[in-house]
This record gives sequence, C-alpha cells and structure tokens, in this order.
Amino acid sequence: MAQVERQQWDVVVVGAGGAGLRAAIEAREQGARTAVICKSLFGKAHTVMAEGGIAAAMANVNSGDNWQVHFRDTMRGGKFLNQWRMAELHAREAPDRVWELETWGALFDRTKDGRISQRNFGGHEYPRLAHVGDRTGLELIRTLQQKIVALQQEDKKEFGDYEARLKVFQECTVTRVLKEGGRVSGAFCYERESGRFFVIEAPGVVLATGGIGKSFKVTSNSWEYTGDGHALALLAGAPLLNMEFVQFHPTGMVWPPSVKGILVTESVRGDGGVLRNSDGKRFMFDYIPDVFKEKYAESEEEGDGWYEDPDHHRRPPELLPRDEVARAINAEVKAGRGSPHGGVFLDVSTRMPAEVIKRRLPSMYHQFKELADVDITAEPMEVGPTCHYVMGGVAVDSDTAAARGVPGLFAAGEVAGGMHGSNRLGGNSLSDLLVFGRRAGLHAARYAADLAVRPVVDEPQVATAAAEALRPFSAEGPEAGAAPENPYTLHQELQQAMNDLVGIIRREAEMAQALEKLAELRTRARRAGVEGHRQFNPGWHLALDLRNMLLVSECVARAALERTESRGGHTREDHPGMNRAWRRVNLLCRLADPTGGLAATDPVGGQIDLERVTTDPVRPDLLALFDKEELVKYLAEEELYE
Amino acid sequence: MATGTEPHLKKGTDPGGVRHGTRAAIGAAHLRTDRWWVQPAATAAGLLAFVVYSTWRAFADSDYYEAPYVSPFYSPCLAENCAPMRDGPNWEIFGSWWGLSPALLILVFPLGFRLTCYYYRKAYYRGFWASPPACAVAEPHATYTGETRFPLVLQNLHRYFFYAAVPVAGILTYDTVLTFRDEHYAWGHAGLGTLVFLVNIVLIWAYTFSCHSCRHIVGGKLKHFSKHPVRYRMWRWVGWLNGRHMLLAWASLVSVALADFYVYLIASGAFDDPRLF
Amino acid sequence: MSTAAASTAYDAHFRVWRGDTGGGGLKDFTVEVNEGEVVLDIIHRLQATQAPDLAVRWNCKAGKCGSCSAEINGRPRLLCMTRMSVFTRDETITVTPLRAFPVVRDLVTDVGYNYAKAREVPAFVPPPGVEPGAYRMAQEDVDRPQEFRKCIECFLCQDTCHVVRDHEENKTSFAGPRFLMRVAELDMHPLDAAADAGLDRKTTAQEEHGLGYCNITKCCTEVCPENIRITDNALIPLKERAVDRKYDPLVWLGNKIRRRER
Repeated sequence: MAQVERQQWDVVVVGAGGAGLRAAIEAREQGARTAVICKSLFGKAHTVMAEGGIAAAMANVNSGDNWQVHFRDTMRGGKFLNQWRMAELHAREAPDRVWELETWGALFDRTKDGRISQRNFGGHEYPRLAHVGDRTGLELIRTLQQKIVALQQEDKKEFGDYEARLKVFQECTVTRVLKEGGRVSGAFCYERESGRFFVIEAPGVVLATGGIGKSFKVTSNSWEYTGDGHALALLAGAPLLNMEFVQFHPTGMVWPPSVKGILVTESVRGDGGVLRNSDGKRFMFDYIPDVFKEKYAESEEEGDGWYEDPDHHRRPPELLPRDEVARAINAEVKAGRGSPHGGVFLDVSTRMPAEVIKRRLPSMYHQFKELADVDITAEPMEVGPTCHYVMGGVAVDSDTAAARGVPGLFAAGEVAGGMHGSNRLGGNSLSDLLVFGRRAGLHAARYAADLAVRPVVDEPQVATAAAEALRPFSAEGPEAGAAPENPYTLHQELQQAMNDLVGIIRREAEMAQALEKLAELRTRARRAGVEGHRQFNPGWHLALDLRNMLLVSECVARAALERTESRGGHTREDHPGMNRAWRRVNLLCRLADPTGGLAATDPVGGQIDLERVTTDPVRPDLLALFDKEELVKYLAEEELYE
Repeated sequence: MATGTEPHLKKGTDPGGVRHGTRAAIGAAHLRTDRWWVQPAATAAGLLAFVVYSTWRAFADSDYYEAPYVSPFYSPCLAENCAPMRDGPNWEIFGSWWGLSPALLILVFPLGFRLTCYYYRKAYYRGFWASPPACAVAEPHATYTGETRFPLVLQNLHRYFFYAAVPVAGILTYDTVLTFRDEHYAWGHAGLGTLVFLVNIVLIWAYTFSCHSCRHIVGGKLKHFSKHPVRYRMWRWVGWLNGRHMLLAWASLVSVALADFYVYLIASGAFDDPRLF
Repeated sequence: MSTAAASTAYDAHFRVWRGDTGGGGLKDFTVEVNEGEVVLDIIHRLQATQAPDLAVRWNCKAGKCGSCSAEINGRPRLLCMTRMSVFTRDETITVTPLRAFPVVRDLVTDVGYNYAKAREVPAFVPPPGVEPGAYRMAQEDVDRPQEFRKCIECFLCQDTCHVVRDHEENKTSFAGPRFLMRVAELDMHPLDAAADAGLDRKTTAQEEHGLGYCNITKCCTEVCPENIRITDNALIPLKERAVDRKYDPLVWLGNKIRRRER
C-alpha cells in the first residue's frame, strides 16, 4: 500500500453541524489549530432542518423565565433520567450562546422592543424559543459557517492563508479514530470525491456527527445520520449511554412514499392544527395520561379556547409531549382508524382561513404543495410517527464533554448522551449543540495544549484501517465467485427490521428477533461489495456506513431489551409503566472485543456488551426546585430520603 | 471506469462557456425542452413595434394637437414651430432655430428613462442582445463585460432620468386636466379622449413611481426604517408597485402609444372624439 | 389511493449524464416511477437497481439544504423539489450536472468557486461597545436581510448566471448573485459597523465583487427555490447604493457637506 498522506492538527472535529462548528470556533479561538471533517458540503449539515427554535431562558417575552425553570422543564421532559449536571449547564449557558450568535451576525425575529423574540413550545413553561420563522436551524448553521469564514479571514490577514489555523475538509469521512496506548492520536479519513485516504494526526478528536436515524425506515433524518460518531466512539473503546431512547416525532409525512418521514413541524399543532382519525374524531382526548390530567383540556371547547386565552383554559391534548402523541397515533392506526396511507389526519384547513395558514406556516404550506401536491389550506395532511432523534449517545463528562475512558476523545450534540434523559424537548437540541459544542471545543483545545508529548500514529493501524475501508472492492459471495451482497439491499433490510422490531412500541420477542436479524445482516455486510472505482462512489460509501449502522442498531436493540419499563422514548408493551427503580439505572454499551476489531458473527453474543451503572444523586439545591409531590412520581424511595 | 467515455474536448478548440473543458462534456448549448424562445421573441417584437411606431410619430411633426388634446409625444412643446395650444404646455425655450420635430426635444427624457430602466434593460438584453436569450441557454457572445464599461456603465444614470421623468409626468397630468374642456376650451366637459388620457396618466405615474431608483430614493437607501416611519411606509408602497414594474412598463408603453394614436386619429380627421358631457 | 399506487406505476425514460473530468455522455435508462415521486427518488432507484456508483449529492430531501442541485431538461433545479408529475409519461427526462462548474463525477460538480467567493466577502462587523445580549433591532429593519438569509446555498443562481456560466474568465472578478446578495445583506444589517471600520460595502460591491457585471436579466431570481427576489431586493438596491457613492453628485455633495458639519 502506498504511503497515506498525513497532516498535523491540534484538534480535529468530526461533523460540521451546529455542535461541530461551535466546537471548531471555540477550539480555534483558544489557539488550537483546528480541522473540521464533514461528510457533506460545508453548510449542508442536518442542523438546517431544525425548524422551531433555540430554547434559552432569556426572559424576553415572559420575565418569569430563568435558568431554573428551564432546568426543571428539561428534567421533566426527560423523565428525570437526564445527567442533571448537563441539564443545569445547558439551562445556565444557553442565553449567552444565543446572544453570542448575534455578535456573529445572526438575525432572529424581534420583539416590539427590539429584543430576540421567543415562542411557546411543547414542554416549555414560558415562551422560550429564539427563532427565525420556521428556519431557525438554517440561521444557526449559516451564522456558525460565516463565523468560521470570519476567523479564516483573520488568519488570511495574519498568515496569508485562509486555512492556516482552521480548515474544513468537506465531503470527507472518518472511518476510525486512531489511538496510541489508551489515548487518541488522530483519525483515518477518506475523501469522498477522490476516494483518497489521509490521516489527521491530532491529540484531540471531537465527535459531533449527529444521530442514527438512517437505521430506521421511516425517519426525518438525512443519509448522513448513520451513527458514525457513535460507532467511532465504540470502536475507540468509549461506552455509549442509554441507547434505547429514540425519539419518534409524532408528525412526519406519510404520503407520498418518497417523502415518508419528513417532518411536519410541531408549530402546526401549536397554531391550532388538530389530529383526527378516520371517523373524524379528535382522538387525543382519549389519550391523556394521568400524570398530565390536570394540565390538559377535557373538551374540544376548552382546548379551542386555549389558543386565544391560555390563562383561562387548559391546553389541548394535541400538545402533549412528543412521545405521548406518537403512541396515540400508533394506537389509532393499529385499531384500524387510520388514514388511507397508514397515518392519521392533521387538519388546519377547517381551523384557520387559508390566508392565515399561509402566513403562519409558510414552509409547511410550501412543503406539502411542492412535495405532496396537497393544499393544506383545503384538505387535511396525513401524518404518522417518524424516527427523529436519539437521546442516547457517547457517555461524556458533563463539564468537559470528554468521552469516558478515552483521553483525547470528546463528544457534543446529538452524538453525546445524557443531556436529554429519556425524551428531548423541542428547542433543546439547538441550545444543546451550542452549549456543549463550545465546551467540547474548549476542553479539547486545552487538552491538546497541555500535552507534553503527542501520541504517535503508527503505520500498522493506518494499514488496518485502509484495508478495512477497501474491503468492499474485493468482496465475494459466500462461495468463491458468487455475487457479493448489494449494500443498498442490506440497508433496506436493516431499516425494515429496526422499524418493525425495535420501533416505537417494543416487545421482548420482537427485539430478540431483531438481534438475530442484525447478526445475519452483520455476516452478510462483510460480503457487501461495490461496483466501479473509488471516486465519488455512493455504493462504496454506503457499504462503509453499514458497519456503523449495524453497531448502533445492536446497541439500541440490546439496551431496549434490557430496560423493562416504559419511559420517554422507550415504550415496552410488556412493561407499560414507568418504574421508579429504573430512574437511577443507566445502560452502557461497550464493544465486546476491546481491541476494537470487528469480529462477532455470533448471533447471541454479538458485538456489544451491556453494563448497568447507577447514576449520581441529583444535587440537593437542584432537587429543591421541584415540589415534593412531583418528585415522588419519579424518584425511588431511597433517593427521596437521602 | 464504470462508464463509457467520449473523447475529451481538445485544448485550443475549447469553445468556452458551458462547453469549457472542465465542465461536463455536453455538446449542446442548452438542453431545454420548453419553448424558451417565445418570451424573448415576444419581447423583441413588442419593443420593435413600439420603436417603429414612435419613430414615425416623433418625426412626423403633424397631427399631434386637436383641441383639447395634445399627444403625450409632443408635450411639453419647447420650440417655436409647435402647434399653438391654448393654455397648453407651449414653452418656446428653443426659439425659432429648431427646425426638426419638437417631439424630439422632449422625448429624450422619457426615452432615456425607459432605456435605462431596470426592467427594460432585462427585456432588451435578453430580447435583442441575447445576453442571455433565456435562462441556462448559452449566449452567443465570446466575451462579456456587462455594465462595467462605457457605454453600458451609463445605465447607472437611471435615477437622473427618473428625476426628469417626474416633471414630464407632471406636465402630462396638466394635459389631462386640460382635456376636461371641449374643443372651444370651455371647462366642465369630457370626451372619450379624456378617458384615454386619464388611463394613460395613471399608468404613467404608476410606472414612474414603481421605478427601482424611486424605491431606493424614497427609503431603500436607509439602514434603519424604524427611525423613518414615513419613508418606510412610502418605501413599502413603492415596493408594492415595484413588484409590478414589468406589467406597468408594458401597460404604460401601450397606453402612451394609444393616447398618441388617439390624438392622431382625431387630428387627422379619421375619427371624431365622442363627447361624454 | 394506497392500492392505486401500484397500478399507477409506469416506466419512464431517463437520460442521465455519466462521466467525469475525462469526458462522458448522456446515458439512457428505463426506470420505474410511482405516484408522488420526485426526480431524486428516480435517481436513487437507479443507484439501488442499475447504477450503484452513480454519483449524486443530496441530504435533506425536503428542499432545505440545497445539496441536490442539477439541471433537469436543461433547467437548473433541485432534484428533490421536482415532482415527476410535472412531466408527461412519454417524455424523456434529461438530468445533467450543473453546467457552470467543473464536473467531478456524474451529477456531482466542483462547487469550490462558491466557497472561494464566500471568503472574499468581509464578515459582519459587530458594533463596538455593544455587549452580547444588548443588541436591539426592530423587526422592520431585519426584514430585508432576513429574506436573503433564507438562502439555502444551492448555488442554482450561481449556475444559471450567464456572467460565469457562459464566460469562465469572469469567475475571478465576479462574485455571483449569491454573494452579491450577501454583500447587500450585510449592508442592510441594522447593526453592521463595517462603515465605521473603514469598509464601504457599497463601493466594494462594485470594485471588488463585480456588481457591474450583473445585467439584471433575472435568471437568478427565476431559479431560486426559496423564491428570494434576488434581483429586485438585493442586486438592484445594491446597484443603487453603488450609484450613491460613485455616480450621484447630489448625494456626494450632500455627504461632503454633512461630513464637514460633523
């Protein structure tokens, strides 16, 4: 094998979404020479899809808001499974992170007195989401992108080179985090355009690769969401935390097939949209769980009154947390009261005049008109649950975002676990990206600067990684000369299995079946072959991503099988209630083979080992923010009296 | 290689543009399958028709006044050789030495206004210059410098023609007021021509105010609308008109030609102005 | 309707450009089309069934990221926002890469020109002395730049603009509609302090970013999938602002006097 090109940087950030870019900005401002590696073009990351806003207790609209209230909402939303220290840091620092964006040129919608406007959202007690119409994610990514360019312009002035201290390697993929001893030494990458391999030698690696949605058939996530960071962390020896918690957004498009899964924003319901079944009934009134009974309307009249006069009415049950609404829709469809294409009806057409719909929901109007040829001002939408977000992720230190057990490895954003507990509130992801993106960049830069001796990347590791990446070109069928597996087919089978067997409602037998299917797919994936050459070859890229998807899928399935309760984004039909004893239990997934090799075609053992760990108790001053009666619902006996 | 390849374009014979050597090797100048040529062709035909008509009328130097109507091509009339118009804009600034049609003296201004107008520029760049003929259809020119050099850099003078177009429109408004007389100059009457003039003057003003330079001058140049609420409202109003600039450009072009033609018909005796009251 | 989906499937005739820097050509495919699909679905079906190494960029598949730009029947469009129902069943649908940029492979082009131009536009200059959190802006003042910030950077406007599409040599001196719009956005930002820092965006728009090359023929506006009125709201106002600086003696004189008074 020819010598693979090497470059030296201080910090390498994997992923150029909100968390990655924020980390890169921070690392560079701390003085670290920083490289960003992203699979797509710079500025195309999945963050652009975020619609609602950035949750931050700035109290611009309601002066009663503060970080404590935000913390409380976040813990409630996550059903107390959150790493409380992360939730605390997140609530405290989010306002500064939003204000900082303005100094980089962001233009949020304004209040009458010229401050950043904030909107209501599910689970947030006060209007809290800084937003720009329904394209907040685009504003966020563009602002960060332009800040990176601004830093590069500074470097151009100082060093004559835009990329002297901050470089974006766009359309490149990392396939392995490299280590020396126990510590991170760099990353092995390939350039999508040319298929060329290169190695970045860097003591600090920040994972910011987003989620895992592409393992599911119906998802709002783009092709990039193949769980790369999750898998890279596992392979580098870091554990994943609580991977069973996967958020299914209740309203994704279900028709036509080509757009199945694409998100219909929560604002549609916030602005008056209602859910109906095929009998025309507003079924959500039948699905209000006891814990929420006091807070939601019992009749249509009362619910309808809330939109105009929220102080004297309870909110309509369409605005229950995402997990509740998703389960209700699922139940209606199973009971045979679904819409023609297997969803339910979400209707704004009979609720508001056409002009108001077009003004308040411009991009939804546009989305349905252009993609589905449906005029939402004249007919109801068909919607159903879609895989949206993974709460689980790399187990990190709350303050530094450092991955547990692997010095030099950091994680931020969706790829990091813990912040959102068992269920994420809308709007908390964008603030999460900024708060922990910054922290990851900061601590990675400090870590790199404090190192006396840099770890070295040795040649055999590079050769192994290169051989692994080239495998699909020499793949053969089960017998010599037989046709190799088609990666597209494998991917479809994986998505179908995860959707059907480890989806929104889970049963023990199905998950066991899923593990068997995953073992079979794993065996076949080793024979996945591709046609053509290395230059911009999507078949090859998919064949490489399959390894990651299979790893994270197994984590999800194993953890889901283990947790015998229902909580947030994890619903067990055979264990329907939330169990207080499980509150303190975190499930960690680790690679069964600690050398990081990929063996394991064994269907029973698999590639993943599961470990139960008990979390630290919540700090008393934070617990004091809640009423005793509320804590009783969540905390185990012994926690209450500690 | 997974795909068959055709020979790479040879260097030296590289035709440039979409057939430049680095671009995807496609021989066709464009692959559009719709009738993309209809719009530039129609635009060119429409503009050409107006040019022919207005040239004939501007040089004709006759049949432009019949009480109480004066052709918008000849108003204000600035030379001694004008037809006498009672109370009309008959100002002999140029005295007796001007021997050509008096229309030429004044038409320079509206012509310049329209020639440098941002809409008409698009129309004739596409329709006459084929630069470009239509979107994603290769233009036939080897080089292109746009509006960076003389003479096209003069397009930047559009706002002066706007300044000039305002008084001209004012005078045409005055002419329209004068049409509320009968042929004996008695006030309080109107004919079919009055209606023609009214429609024309409304369109002329709407076109003039919808001008991009006007939009800039009334408010577009401001950095903070919030500090200038009146100008902000004016900017929004002009912006509303500006969204219809193309429509107004054509409508006023047709209406001004029709108003002139109407005067020609009655001045040449081909038609009698029906009196309404 | 759901059962009708199968019966409404038909075979469509596609011509897709395949090749790379070394050359290539339009290749014919016959491929199944189902109700409600967009062109990107068909490209994906080709990948999964007939041409696994067919290179194409895409991400969100909902018209929000601007990755899947290409030319369909000769018109610059997003693959994910072009529904198959706009074509007749017997029509041959031609899909090519963007023709203003160097080709990489199949439908993927090298859009580096755009990133180079993005770097040439000086960034937002924060107002000195205003702390984060103390920024105050009126909605009517941010409305204008917000329209431009809807841009998803699909670069269809850059692709269709004849200034660079038909004249490779102009790429050095012309930033293209997307980045002239970026200059306009910053010049209209209510708190941008570039002028105080000695940077006059109105002048540099013309002198450094090639505003004068634009002949306002509006193709950028025609192809914009976000329906941003690039020409009317960004480029022409920018041209007028450049006139203020360079060709308007009245304004020039006024500024001169006012500056002296100050």
